Amino acid sequence: MTTSRVLVFKPMKSLLTTKFSRSTRFTGLRRLASTPDSCPRVCVVGGGPAGFYTAQHLLKIHPAVQVDIYERLPIPFGLVRFGVAPDHPEVKNVINTFTQTGQHERCSFHGNVSVGKDVSVEELQKAYHAVVLSYGADGNRSLGIPGENLPGVYSAKDFVGWYNGLPCNKDLQPDLSSETAVVLGQGNVALDVARILLSPLDILKKTDITVQSLEALAASKVRRVLIVGRRGPLQVACTIKEVREMVSLPGTRPDMRAEEFKGIAESLKDVPRPRKRLTELMLKAVQGSPAGSGTASRLWGFRFLRSPVEVLPTPDLTRAAGIRLGINRLEGSGEGAWAVATGETEDIECGVVVNSIGYKSLPIDPAVPFDPRKAIIPNTMGRVEQAAGLYCSGWVKRGPTGVIGTTMNDSFATAQSLIQDMGTGVLDISTVKPGSQAITPLLQKRGVNPVSFSDWEKIDSEETRRGKAAGKPREKLLEVEEMLKTAHSRGPETQCTQSRD
Amino acid sequence: MKPARPGSRAHNSLTPYVTGHRDAACIRSRQFSCYTRTLRSEDKVTIHFINRDGLKMTVKATPGDSLLDVVIDQNLDLDGFGACEGTLACSTCHLIFEEEVFKTLGPITDEEMDMLDLSYKPTDTSRLGCQICVHKSQEGMTVHVPESVADLRQPDVGTTSSSS
Ligand SMILES: Cc1cc2nc3c(=O)[nH]c(=O)nc-3n(C[C@H](O)[C@H](O)[C@H](O)COP(=O)(O)OP(=O)(O)OC[C@H]3O[C@@H](n4cnc5c(N)ncnc54)[C@H](O)[C@@H]3O)c2cc1C
Ligand SMILES: NC(=O)c1ccc[n+]([C@@H]2O[C@H](COP(=O)([O-])OP(=O)(O)OC[C@H]3O[C@@H](n4cnc5c(N)ncnc54)[C@H](OP(=O)(O)O)[C@@H]3O)[C@@H](O)[C@H]2O)c1
Repeated sequence: MTTSRVLVFKPMKSLLTTKFSRSTRFTGLRRLASTPDSCPRVCVVGGGPAGFYTAQHLLKIHPAVQVDIYERLPIPFGLVRFGVAPDHPEVKNVINTFTQTGQHERCSFHGNVSVGKDVSVEELQKAYHAVVLSYGADGNRSLGIPGENLPGVYSAKDFVGWYNGLPCNKDLQPDLSSETAVVLGQGNVALDVARILLSPLDILKKTDITVQSLEALAASKVRRVLIVGRRGPLQVACTIKEVREMVSLPGTRPDMRAEEFKGIAESLKDVPRPRKRLTELMLKAVQGSPAGSGTASRLWGFRFLRSPVEVLPTPDLTRAAGIRLGINRLEGSGEGAWAVATGETEDIECGVVVNSIGYKSLPIDPAVPFDPRKAIIPNTMGRVEQAAGLYCSGWVKRGPTGVIGTTMNDSFATAQSLIQDMGTGVLDISTVKPGSQAITPLLQKRGVNPVSFSDWEKIDSEETRRGKAAGKPREKLLEVEEMLKTAHSRGPETQCTQSRD
Repeated sequence: MKPARPGSRAHNSLTPYVTGHRDAACIRSRQFSCYTRTLRSEDKVTIHFINRDGLKMTVKATPGDSLLDVVIDQNLDLDGFGACEGTLACSTCHLIFEEEVFKTLGPITDEEMDMLDLSYKPTDTSRLGCQICVHKSQEGMTVHVPESVADLRQPDVGTTSSSS
């Protein structure tokens, strides 16, 4: 780079590419980097943003550490692939950075390995100096109300998994034959679901949404989506970009209740700017439909101060026909205000109910401490409490909130804690550990066939190839079987891959 | 070290904030504020970045490039900077400007402001680096890279409310 002579600050980039010789810069870490065999070995459980960002930072700040990522699916990237909405391709740009990590010489990806099932955390701990749990939030919060399990009621997690091609949700076949859908919860996931339900097909068909869901949405009778929150307009959990997208969604107009916003405009004076701008945008939506869309046939709207009480069944009790909402009033003020039931209720007719009150982490192995109340792994700065050698990052560390940037920061922090512990001796790295050399034979014996990063790249190029034919960025494979077949194939389709071996 | 470019997969090299297809992705966002693009000149502009640890990094930047381009092309060590690669889908390239410079930066779009609002502690002179293009008039300016991002909603906010 021609400008390098004016570079006053010497970037640390060299740490990434230089190998063992540089380790002497790490006083206290000197002993760890003699031969590759005796290098510190860390394994990361979960190949989502938390897993990849933790691996990235470990590789960056330690010159010799070897990082293996174990992921349950044959496909990396977690919610970036199976959560982020198909019409938000720009968010998925982080995949480019994850790919560099996946291709790094001191990192290897082992997909199709379910930790806790195919291999235990104890076995991993024997093979590695440290294990980082980054397995996200695989469950969802349940409503705990009668009728919750009726056909027609879906968790947002399943619904999102369905349109994003998560193998276990591919057969969800949501019933979209009624006019009104109710989404419970007012977070960004709720808005994703509402937007997908109402988006013009012309927009969706250019995304990587699955063909099956595109067909189902084409046949959908849903014309109105109500996004229901237990608190008021000043407490919505979604962010402004997502509300703006609703406001400007072609072919739709807002369906709000002006009375729910009474006094809100007046109370905005002392509210911080982000909340203020978000609320002003909602107020604008209340005041009328956006220019030119007065005839729009599809409606979306917020409903406030309503808690789900019961899903009402059809007369023959076979499916959902409506929802009973308890009417609340607010106590306290601002972000921390809480809802108190008034005892009154309101019924809304709807054939689809999507429960979007949040995801939830689950325990995966009895060897790992788990706080069932907070549904996280109890930790201090990413160090799992009372469990030497165990660390955690991402949603399983913090709970299921926060954007990718939040997950990135907390993953960097966990990596920092881990490397610090190596330096201080809290983490014992004096013994030689075999890493994947010990795990791979175990998996083989158990009939598990892992997917490497270059195997994934075969899937990637097959999906891209199929997508191209359909005018989409990719057509996702939906069956684990087919993913594995593609990953392990040596057939003609592998010739066009960018496999690096 | 040369940053990865579209199509050139950086084989076995890891530069966290250097990514592939960024340029193509950047085009859309460039339309928002890079009015100086047309003024491209070969005269480089000196810019000082103060990183999160207070360290000063001085670079010579090309007019017309966005500050995100500058950080990436010059390989500045700013962890996680520009996660969405300049597409206005995150706020990881949040920068704080000197007031005098800030006034010259041109209008902020709603879309940029939406993302700034999600950054950790935005200030009155905050902008997103991907939306600001280097201009000769910025010669010698100092920009601060603030503390890391945080979600608008802190994890605990929701738990203070009671379900009824
Ligand atoms: C619907 C939805 C949309 C979102 N959209 C956005 C957005 O537009 N922008 C944004 O910034 N953020 C968005 N987010 C937030 C973002 O996705 C999260 O911050 C981030 O994905 C959390 O990362 P994680 O790695 O902790 O979890 P995950 O992404 O869930 O990754 C966990 C990984 O672990 C794997 N795993 C689980 N169990 C096991 C096991 N037993 N063994 C091995 N592997 C296992 C999973 O398969 C998964 O790949 C969205 C979230 C959701 C739910
Ligand atoms: N585009 C994006 O950037 C994007 C897209 C999707 C997701 N994400 C992120 O991913 C994270 C998860 O999103 P999320 O929408 O699942 O979670 P969330 O933001 O925490 O929202 C959960 C919603 O459910 C409500 N809720 C919780 N418990 C409830 C109960 N018992 N009864 C009634 N309502 C209840 C909450 O209301 P209270 O406020 O009253 O608790 C809130 O409205 C968020 O941080 C989000 O920003 C980001």
